[in-house]
Amino acid sequence: MNLRRLFSRSRSAPAARDRLQLLLAHERAAVGGSDLLAKLRDEILGAIAKHVQIDGDKVSIKMERGAQVSTLAVDIEIPFEAAKKAA
Amino acid sequence: MGKVIVVTSGKGGVGKTTSSAALGAALAHDGAKVVVVDFDVGLRNLDLIMGAERRVVYDLVNVIQGEAKLTQALIRDKRLETLYLLPASQTRDKDNLTAEGVEKVINALKSVFDWVICDSPAGIERGATLAMRHADIAIVVTNPEVSSVRDSDRIIGLLDSKTVKAESGERMEKHLLLTRYDPARAERGDMLKVDDVLEILSIPLLGIIPESMDVLRASNLGTPVTLADQRSVPSVAYFQAARRLNGEDIPMIIPGEKRGFFGKMFGRKAA
Repeated sequence: MNLRRLFSRSRSAPAARDRLQLLLAHERAAVGGSDLLAKLRDEILGAIAKHVQIDGDKVSIKMERGAQVSTLAVDIEIPFEAAKKAA
Repeated sequence: MGKVIVVTSGKGGVGKTTSSAALGAALAHDGAKVVVVDFDVGLRNLDLIMGAERRVVYDLVNVIQGEAKLTQALIRDKRLETLYLLPASQTRDKDNLTAEGVEKVINALKSVFDWVICDSPAGIERGATLAMRHADIAIVVTNPEVSSVRDSDRIIGLLDSKTVKAESGERMEKHLLLTRYDPARAERGDMLKVDDVLEILSIPLLGIIPESMDVLRASNLGTPVTLADQRSVPSVAYFQAARRLNGEDIPMIIPGEKRGFFGKMFGRKAA
């Protein structure tokens, strides 16, 4: 049983090293105050708040930090009334 | 109304975060709605152990300071639909945790989740006292080692005096989770035995988690050990501990204890 498990599984340390390198690269940038993703998030929300009253419950934000590419998804429900008024 | 559990220890490095993630995942796997809350502001690690470190948007401090809604800060586990994580802040000071703010967040979580598991930081400072403050149940994580047992005793004292339950004259339900147990060393007499620790701390035993490569491997991969390999020895031990939390009566098995055929058949009763 243990032998089979030993051979059937790849080593987990390389995965740990990769995860840490990626995480620390992002965190070191954040400590220096240049967390671009967070800055974009705040500015996008700020820009929208200038035009419409945003209900916090109607905003969904997802981030995924990657080695080459990160993604930021901001999903905001804008009520019809607000859109009409702004137009 | 859900139940609030604090996973605490006093001493660092004994397995609080590993146990919080493993028990949370085990309870969620069995169908409960679970949120695991990281109280270690400034030194968060629960996100890393649960493999959600790249998806943190907002954190506990953001919610308490009113910068984000609770629903925006919760991260849903990618493997289990009913498992959520509320990360701690990595950059803010732990003074940003206010007693009122924590109470609000815990009450909101309690109304939605079956279990709210608070992963306490080490020490007995603000983060640790706030993590235990609103708990219904405490899990004291202890290694069979003198400094860990001493710190656990100190924490038990705090649980019995500094929590809402204690202050309102109620009894705090406390359980011992013995982690990093090495049966070979205990057998040789080089490690405190289960009964030694139980006698000193005199709180009921929730489970014994053996020292295991499987725990390290799971943390390398960012998977709670109970989701990594459900048949591994630590995983089985955590699943059984989770079922005991649910009130099931499951015989306690001391890892590696030499037992005869009948002993193996019937296991050992929990203390």
